[in-house]
Amino acid sequence: MSGLDILTGMVFLPLVGAAFILAQRGDDEATLRNVRYGALGTTVIVFLFSLYAYMKFDPRSADFQLVEQVSWFGSGLVYKMGVDGLSMPFVLLTTFLMPISILASWESITSRVKEYMVAFLVLETLMLGVFTALDLLLFYLFFEGGLIPMFLIIGIWGGKRRVYASFKFFLYTLTGSLLMLLAIMAMYGVAGTTDIVTLLKTSFPPSMQTWLWLAFFASLAVKMPMWPVHTWLPDAHVEAPTAGSVILAAILLKMGGYGFLRFSLPMFPDASAYFAPLVFGLSIVAIVYTSLVAMVQEDMKKLIAYSSVAHMGFVTMGLFTMTVQGVQGAMFQMISHGLVSGALFLCVGVVYDRMHTREIEAYGGLVHRMPLYAVAFMVFTLANAGLPGTTGFIGEFLTLVGAFKMNTWVAFFATTGVILSAAYALYLYRRIIFGVLDKPALRGILDLSPREVALLAPLVLLTIYFGVHPQPIIDSSAAAIDSLIKNYDAALAATKTASLALQ
Amino acid sequence: MYAALVFLPLAGFLIAGLFGRQIGVRASELVTTGLLFVSALLSWIAFVDVALGTAPGSVAVLGNWFTSGAAEIDWALKIDTLTAVMLVVVTTVSSLVHFYSIGYMREDPCRPRFFCYLSLFTFAMLMLVTADNLVQMFFGWEGVGLASYLLIGFWYEKPSANAAAIKAFVVNRVGDFGFALGIFLVFVLTGSISFEQIFAAAPGLEGKTIHVFGLDWDALTLACLLLFMGAMGKSAQFLLHTWLPDAMEGPTPVSALIHAATMVTAGVFMVARLSPIFEYAPAALSVVTIVGATTAFFAATVGLVQNDIKRVIAYSTCSQLGYMFVGLGVGGYALGIFHLFTHAFFKALLFLGAGAVIDAMHHEQDMRKMGGLWKKIPFTFAMMTIGTLALIGFPYTAGYFSKDAIIEAAFASHRTGAFYGFLLTTIAAGLTSFYSWRLVFMTFFGKPQWASAAAHHVPVLEPAHRSVGHDPHAHDPHANEAQGHAAHGADPHGHDAHHAHALDPHEAPLTMLVPLGVLAAGALFAGLLFSHDFISEAAGAFWKSSLFTGPHNHILHEMHDIPSYARVLPTILMGLGFVVALYFYVLVPATPAWLAAKMPQLYAFLLNKWYFDELYDFLFVRPAFRLGRLLWKGGDGAIIDRLGPDGVAARVVDVTGRVVKLQSGYIYHYAFAMLVGAAAAATWYAVGGLR
Repeated sequence: MSGLDILTGMVFLPLVGAAFILAQRGDDEATLRNVRYGALGTTVIVFLFSLYAYMKFDPRSADFQLVEQVSWFGSGLVYKMGVDGLSMPFVLLTTFLMPISILASWESITSRVKEYMVAFLVLETLMLGVFTALDLLLFYLFFEGGLIPMFLIIGIWGGKRRVYASFKFFLYTLTGSLLMLLAIMAMYGVAGTTDIVTLLKTSFPPSMQTWLWLAFFASLAVKMPMWPVHTWLPDAHVEAPTAGSVILAAILLKMGGYGFLRFSLPMFPDASAYFAPLVFGLSIVAIVYTSLVAMVQEDMKKLIAYSSVAHMGFVTMGLFTMTVQGVQGAMFQMISHGLVSGALFLCVGVVYDRMHTREIEAYGGLVHRMPLYAVAFMVFTLANAGLPGTTGFIGEFLTLVGAFKMNTWVAFFATTGVILSAAYALYLYRRIIFGVLDKPALRGILDLSPREVALLAPLVLLTIYFGVHPQPIIDSSAAAIDSLIKNYDAALAATKTASLALQ
Repeated sequence: MYAALVFLPLAGFLIAGLFGRQIGVRASELVTTGLLFVSALLSWIAFVDVALGTAPGSVAVLGNWFTSGAAEIDWALKIDTLTAVMLVVVTTVSSLVHFYSIGYMREDPCRPRFFCYLSLFTFAMLMLVTADNLVQMFFGWEGVGLASYLLIGFWYEKPSANAAAIKAFVVNRVGDFGFALGIFLVFVLTGSISFEQIFAAAPGLEGKTIHVFGLDWDALTLACLLLFMGAMGKSAQFLLHTWLPDAMEGPTPVSALIHAATMVTAGVFMVARLSPIFEYAPAALSVVTIVGATTAFFAATVGLVQNDIKRVIAYSTCSQLGYMFVGLGVGGYALGIFHLFTHAFFKALLFLGAGAVIDAMHHEQDMRKMGGLWKKIPFTFAMMTIGTLALIGFPYTAGYFSKDAIIEAAFASHRTGAFYGFLLTTIAAGLTSFYSWRLVFMTFFGKPQWASAAAHHVPVLEPAHRSVGHDPHAHDPHANEAQGHAAHGADPHGHDAHHAHALDPHEAPLTMLVPLGVLAAGALFAGLLFSHDFISEAAGAFWKSSLFTGPHNHILHEMHDIPSYARVLPTILMGLGFVVALYFYVLVPATPAWLAAKMPQLYAFLLNKWYFDELYDFLFVRPAFRLGRLLWKGGDGAIIDRLGPDGVAARVVDVTGRVVKLQSGYIYHYAFAMLVGAAAAATWYAVGGLR
C-alpha cells in the first residue's frame, strides 16, 4: 500500500511521451510524423495501462484501491493516489478519449504540432491526476493545472475570437477555484491533514459546512457548468479546436460532477441537504433555459455546447437527490455525455475540416454526399435526444426517477427537457444533413475518410452497446455510490438527533 | 421461437442497413421481406397456440437491461393472448406491406434504406408488444417513433416531409413526457416497473391518495392519466393528433403499416395491457372515453372536407382510434382490441388501395383530379370498396362486428362519459359513411378529371393542401426556408418523366395487388370468424388472464341487453351517410360547392382542421423560439455576460486605464509621490508613538 505503482505510471506516462516529443528536432514531415505517432502511441499505452488498472480493480468494494502513498518534501504533505468506483469510470473515459482526440487532430493541426501534442499530453496527466489524487492539495494542483494547457489549446490553436474565449474560460474557472483553495485551507485547519480518506471520515460542524460547501460550489458549478455561470462554455467550445472541444465537453466538465461526488456530498452532507433545493432550482433552469437557447443557435458547436449545459443539469439534479437511482443516473449520464457530446464535436470537426465554417446555414443536404457521416451523426443525435437503446436514455431516465422520488415538481420540469432535446437535436440534424444539396461549396464534399471512420465507429458502437447493456458502467460505481448514500443518510440522521437533543 | 419471431426483423434491418449497398437492391428487398414472412408465420403459430389453444402465456427473460437499486429492468418477451393478437396484426400487415413495397417503390433508388427502416419499425413494434415491463415498452414506444420519424422523412429532400417528421417525433415526445412521468409515479407507488408486480400491487392501491405536483390525487387515477397521455400522443388522440395527418408525407406503404394498422394502435394496446391498473381507476377510464369520443367525432368532421386521398384516410384512422378508446374507456378492453384487430385489415387495405390509386395516377393525391377511375383500375376499385364497406360497418363485414359493438357497449355502460361516447360515436358513424363514400365517388366515379389535369400538370407532388390556400407548414418555423422549391424536383420517383405524355391510369403491378386481396379477405371475414372468440360472453377463455376486468365489469354481457333502436341507429346513419354522399357527389355534383359557399366559415373551419396547427404554432412553437432567442441574447448576453466576465473585464480596463495615467515617466511625479508616502508613514508612526 505504499510506494509507486500502476496509477502513478499511468498518470505520468503522458509526460514521458511529452518529453519524447520535445526531444524531436526539426519541422520536416518526418519529424511531424514522429510527433504524431509518438503522441498517439503514448495515449494508447496509457489506455492499456488504465485497462490493466481496471482489471485489478474490484467494483464490488467501496474502498479506495490501488492506493499509493509516499511522503512529499518530508513536510507532512503526502503524495497519495488511488481509485474507487466514483473515479474509475472517469479514468477510463479519459484514457479512452485521448487517443481519439489525438487522431482527430491528425490533419487539422498543422502549425506548432509539437507544442500542441505536448499540451494534450500534459493535459492528460493533469486530468488523470484529478481523478486519482487522494490528497486534497494534490487534487487542487491537478485541478487547477488542467486550466493551463486548456487555456493554451484554446488560445493558440483556436478560432477567431480565441483570446476572448480563453480569457473568459480562465476568468470564470479561476475565480471559483480561489474560493475552493480557501476552503481547502480551512479544512486543513480543522482536520490537520489534506488526506481525502481521512477527510471523508471527518465530520465538519454544520455551520462550517455551509461555507465550505459554498466555496466548493463556486468552483464546481463553474466547471459543470451550471446556470448561470455557464456562459464561458459556448464561447470556449466554439473557439477551441475540435479535439479541445472533445476533451472539454467529455472530461473537463465531468470534474465538476466528480468534485460534488468526492467532496461536497460526502464531506458536507448537512450543507448538501440544505442547499439541495438551490441545486434543483438551478438544474431545472439549466435544463429548460439552455434547451430553449440551444434551439435557436446558428452555430453548430454552440448548439451542442448549450445542449451540454442542459445535460449537465440532469447530472446535478440527480446527484443532489441522493437516491440510488439519482446518483447512479448522474454518474451514467456523465459517462454517456462524455461519449456522445465528444462524438458530436468530432462530427462537427469532420465538416469543419472540409468547409471551415460552423454556421448551420452553410450546410444542408449532406446526406447526398456523406451517407456514412449521416448515419454516425444520426446515432449521436438520437443519443443526445435520449432515445432508449442509446446511452443517453439511461442517465436521463434514472436521474428523473430519482428526482421524482424527491420532488415531483423537479421531475415535472426536468422531464420537459425530453421534449426540448428532441426538438433541438432533430432540428439541427435536419438543417445540416437533410434537404437538397444546393450550396455550390458542398458539391465536392467527401464522406468520412478511413481515419474518421476509425474515430467515430468505436463511439457509435459504444453508444449503442452501453445503451442496450449499461450494467458494466452502473456496476463499476454501484458499491461506492451505495456507501456514499449510506454515509450521507447516517450523517443527516446524526445531525438530526443532535439538534433534537439540544432542544 | 418467440425470440426468432422478434429478432428476425432486426436481422433484416441490420442486413439491409449495413450491407444494403453490397448485396444490392433486390437482395435487400428479398431478405427483409422473406424474414418478415417467417416472422408472420411464427406469429400465427403463436396465435393458434396461445390464443386459440390452451398453451399458457409465458415470459422469457432474455437478460437484464439495467438495475439501479430497486429498479430492475429486464429485456423480456411476454407472450399471452393480447400479445399474440398484436403479433399477428403487426407481422401480417408488415409482411404484406414489405411485399407491396417491392412494387410500390420500384422506381425509388433508395429501396434498401426503405426496407431497412420498415424492418426496424417492425422490430421496435414487436419489442413494444412483447414487453413485460413499462421501460421496455417505452423502448419499443420510442423505437417505433424513431422508425416513424425516419420513414415520414424518407424523402428527405422535401422540406414538408422533414417538417412532418420532426413534428411527429416532437409531438410524440409531448405524449412521452406524460408516459415517463407515469412510469416514475408507478415506480414510486409500487416499487417496481415490471407488469407482474405492478398488477399485483394495483388492488392494494385503490383509493390511495398521493401528494404530487402540489395537489392530492387519487394515486392510480393520476398514474393512469399520465400513462394515457403517452397513449394520446402515439395514437394521435384529440389535442395530440396534429402530427398524424402530416405524417402522410411518408410513402404510402408506411402510412398503411405505421400510421394505420400498427404504431398508432400502440396506445390502445398500452391501455389494454394496463387494464389491471385502469380497472381500478374509473375516473381515468372516463377520461379515456371522453377523449376517444371527442377524437372520433372531431376527426370525422375534418375528414368530410379533405381533398387529399391519404389525408381523408388519415383522419379516418384518427377517428377509428377514438372508437377504440371509447371501447376501452367503458371497460370493454376486448372491444378496443377487437376493433384494433379488424381495423388493421381494412385500414391497411384502404391505404394500400389508395397507394395503388396514387400509383395509377402517377403520384397524384388530390381526389379532385381523379374521377371515373373504376373502369381503368377495376381491381383496385373493388378492393377499395371492400375496405370502405368494412370501415363503415356494412353488415357482416369486419367493422360491423367491432365498431357497432363499441357503440352498443357505450350505450350499455353506466360509467361517466359513456353516454357522451355513445352519442359522438354514433354521429361519427354517419360521418364515417359519408366521407368514405365521398372518397369512393370522387375517386372512382364521375367525370375523369385527370384527362385535363395531365395537360396542364402542376409539378407539385401534393397540391391538395396548397391549392386550397392553406399550407399546414406555412407557419412552421422548421419549414419556413425553402418553401419555394417545395416538393418540386425533390420527388424521387422521377415521375416528371411520366408527365411528358397524357396520363393513362393503369392497374398496379401484381406485387401490389396480391396484398390488397389478402387484406380484403381479412376485411370481409375477420369479424365473422373471430368475433365469437374476441368479444362474446365466452371471450374470457380466449383472453385468459391477459385482459383484466373487475368483478363488477360485465360490459360484454350488458351490451347485448340494449334496446333495438340503439342497436340499429348506427346502421341507419351508415345508410344515411351513403345516400347523402351519393346525392352530393354522383347525383347532383354541384351540391358540395354550393354548401361550402353557403357556410364558408364552417367549411374553412373544417378544412383547416379546426385550426389546431395554427393554434399550437401560436401557443407553443413560436413562443418557444422567441423565448429561446430572448434568453440567449437577453439572458446570456445582456445580463449574465455583461454583469459577469465582460463587466469585470471592462472594470479592469477602466481601472488600469487610470493606473496607467499615474505612470507618467516624469521623475518629479515619482519623487512627489515618494515624498507624500514618506510623510504619511512618518505621520502614522508619529501619531502611533503618541499613545
